[in-house]
Amino acid sequence: MLWSELQVTPRLRKDVQWLLLLLFVLWGARPVQAQTEQDATLQSTLGELRDADFPGKEAIVERLTKSGHPSTRAVLTAFFEDRLYYRNDNQTVMLVKSTEGDPASLDLIDTRTLKEAGSIPADQVTKIGTNNRLRRFLRTAIAQFGLSNPDASIRLEAVREVLRSLDESNIALLRERVDVETDPGVKKEIGIALALSELDSADSAVRLAAVATLRESLNNDVRNKLASMIEKSPEGTYAESDESVRAAAASAVKHIDQWRLFYSGIQTLFFGLSLGSVLVLIAIGLAITFGVMGVINMAHGELMMLGAYTTYVVQQSMPNYVGISILVAIPAAFLVAASTGVLIERTIIRFLYGRPLETLLATFGVSLILQQLVRSVFSALNREVKTPDWMSGTLQLNEALAITYNRLYIVLFTLIVFAILLVVLKYTRMGLDIRAVAQNRAMSRAMGIRSEWVDAMTFGLGSGIAGVAGVALSQLTNVGPNLGQSYIIDSFMVVVFGGVGNLWGSLVGGMSMGIVNKLLEPYSGAVLAKILVLVALILFIQRRPRGLFPQTGRSSENQ
Amino acid sequence: MELRRSWFLTMSDKRSTGFLVALALVAVLVPVLNRAVPSTSALHLSTYALTLIGKYMCYAMLAMAVDLIWGYCGILSLGHAAFFSLGGYAMGMYLMRQIGPRGVYGDPILPDFMVFLNWKELPWFWYGFNHFVIAAAMMVLAPALLAWVFGWLAFRSRVTGVYFSIITQALSYALMLAFFRNDMGFGGNNGFTDFKEILGFDLHADSTRVGLLIATSIALAASYVSCRAIVNSRAGRVLRAVRDAESRTRFLGYPVESFKLWVFVFSAVMAGVAGALYVPQVGIINPSEFAPINSIEVVIWVAVGGRGTLYGAAAGAVLVNYAKTYFTGALPEVWLYALGALFVLVTLFLPRGVVGLLPTRRQPSKE
Repeated sequence: MLWSELQVTPRLRKDVQWLLLLLFVLWGARPVQAQTEQDATLQSTLGELRDADFPGKEAIVERLTKSGHPSTRAVLTAFFEDRLYYRNDNQTVMLVKSTEGDPASLDLIDTRTLKEAGSIPADQVTKIGTNNRLRRFLRTAIAQFGLSNPDASIRLEAVREVLRSLDESNIALLRERVDVETDPGVKKEIGIALALSELDSADSAVRLAAVATLRESLNNDVRNKLASMIEKSPEGTYAESDESVRAAAASAVKHIDQWRLFYSGIQTLFFGLSLGSVLVLIAIGLAITFGVMGVINMAHGELMMLGAYTTYVVQQSMPNYVGISILVAIPAAFLVAASTGVLIERTIIRFLYGRPLETLLATFGVSLILQQLVRSVFSALNREVKTPDWMSGTLQLNEALAITYNRLYIVLFTLIVFAILLVVLKYTRMGLDIRAVAQNRAMSRAMGIRSEWVDAMTFGLGSGIAGVAGVALSQLTNVGPNLGQSYIIDSFMVVVFGGVGNLWGSLVGGMSMGIVNKLLEPYSGAVLAKILVLVALILFIQRRPRGLFPQTGRSSENQ
Repeated sequence: MELRRSWFLTMSDKRSTGFLVALALVAVLVPVLNRAVPSTSALHLSTYALTLIGKYMCYAMLAMAVDLIWGYCGILSLGHAAFFSLGGYAMGMYLMRQIGPRGVYGDPILPDFMVFLNWKELPWFWYGFNHFVIAAAMMVLAPALLAWVFGWLAFRSRVTGVYFSIITQALSYALMLAFFRNDMGFGGNNGFTDFKEILGFDLHADSTRVGLLIATSIALAASYVSCRAIVNSRAGRVLRAVRDAESRTRFLGYPVESFKLWVFVFSAVMAGVAGALYVPQVGIINPSEFAPINSIEVVIWVAVGGRGTLYGAAAGAVLVNYAKTYFTGALPEVWLYALGALFVLVTLFLPRGVVGLLPTRRQPSKE
């Protein structure tokens, strides 16, 4: 069996690697020849898949797992995910990189080398079909492969997969693994899987011990299995005959439920924080332009849109460095949006200071122009901004708590932007000027501050931050001409809720809006949650017309 | 006494007379050109154009409602599209009930979308909408009630200026999201359409269109006269005092809140009636009418026409919408540039709008 060949402890494995290296050196030509032979077998075995019926395919998969070809796992995974195709012209079986979104052409991957092998129009290849039964079979096969993978996280994933469909052969497999497994996490998981199988044991002491082990699991299958033991059937009998085991199971279910509830609470909180971070991010630029300068900048959303489009352009200009392009886009978006902001300030807004409602109208006009500009340049269709690899995926803390990286990064990103902004306002000369002009324009001018220049810089800073927010939004929503419009109301609500002219207010306001929204969502649904938050905010403004943290002192009276 | 004086003032004001005469001309000429002039004649007005004029007049009424509170009381509402839509929805509900068994599913009671959603009976808030009187009452009451509750809360806690603008915008946005929901019982994102008849008249018949146009003209004229009466009355002076120095007015002992509240409710009702007249003419109402951008556009009409004049608001609504119809047909990609530039230029260079360009006659000093 293949996995028994790889069943080696790391210490041993190192020795084996040396040994292999030696073998390679000694019989340099041998493995290559073996490789070509294996390749040929793989191709021919895969070739049979084209015409086989489903039971036939199952048999072929069985043979593949025993072939020992290094790319077997990738091939099986692709088969499981419906990414196994054959070319209509020369009948070779190929992997396809992704079929998401029904693309017109598919990127091919060679089955033998797992290297990219060009692309082909989608109508020149044929998918090798699967059915539910075959997919189940494939899943187990892949899991068995995974159990012996050198990477502990893949092994863990594989154990969890096996746990979902336990049968005789799997249990035997796990028993073999439990002794050689070194990673404590994987070992624990295997223990849980074995304990789950021991629940069916005839010996009540074994069952009791198994329940005690399972108590520490957070797995939903485990919980359901335990719950089914204490369920009363209509005839008044229990699935579990022993009363002490039943009591243990009942307490275990309770224990598991409590922890799952706890973790799901944390998860909701985290979702709320990440939504709140988005709100804060889109609002802090506005907190400066609206809060500090008193300008109702309706073009704020469009400045974010410009930031998002800048991300798109940067990514297009460096197609091979998707991961870095996002980082490059941040300063680029800041500059683009900031210079647009300065332009708007110099040409329009500076004539309208002290007339907030007029700035609303004029900047709304600007927003329409920017939208149409983007439509003319990039077309009205949405543009796709790719997510870099380091941002996709999930951080699986445990079975009840998974955190997606993009949400995690957005929280961090918001906090960093916020911190930088605070530092700029607090510890730089420019920040000092901005605060001075906001507090008392006439006195600042008397002290020699060029208030006109400060106005332009302040508006530029707020706009630049909107652009930076746009970079983040490009990862979360569609980048299109309407991107700005969909966020503008939210950002105003955050600023008004937090208290105009108060950055901390925007932070607290945005975060609490996000959390409340996510707390409501499970009960009311997403749309109703949003409506309820809006209504709550409208009512809140009635109670405290100047927001959570109102500005006090003389400057507030002029607002 | 009071009202009669302001009525007299209205009639003696030349621009008001001009506006009302122009309106009367439209109400007479347009139907004549449509119905009496043969379609071969160059002077013939198509029913499409007639409906368009009716639509503009609804917009003019909406703009006037905004001008009444913004131009004379300094309340900038960015939620008037919500009142307009509520009136429109009330009318839409009546029209839906009039379809009766002629719908696609042929249910005599339930509108099509309810059958489609597998609802078994009419929700309670749909009762009575088959009677025009009740529906008409709702066209007035629904916006009035919302405006009253909202205004009472907001003015009492002295939410003013931009804060008021932003929360009205939020209100409109929240309503839009709510009306998009199928569960609300207002047809979800499709809204109401496919109307058949109003008060027994076929909505697709030209004569009904003419009737609607005349009704809209009358409503617009009535709105104008009542707004003018309000602003010329003593209450109107208090409103202007609130606009110019709210705190001072309060210190002088005027109940600023109730003045603001009543004018706000009145304005909302006007918007609601405008919406109700709008729906049978365009033949559809859906939640996108609530969109905050619509409210902002109304403000732009008023700004373009000239705030604080009432007739300027109406003129602005017609001008901007005519330009919109023309540009979106002829040069669609230019329209948003033009509209955007219009906003910017008007705010920068025409603070009194296009009517500010009219030659000003020396007015005898009132003080």
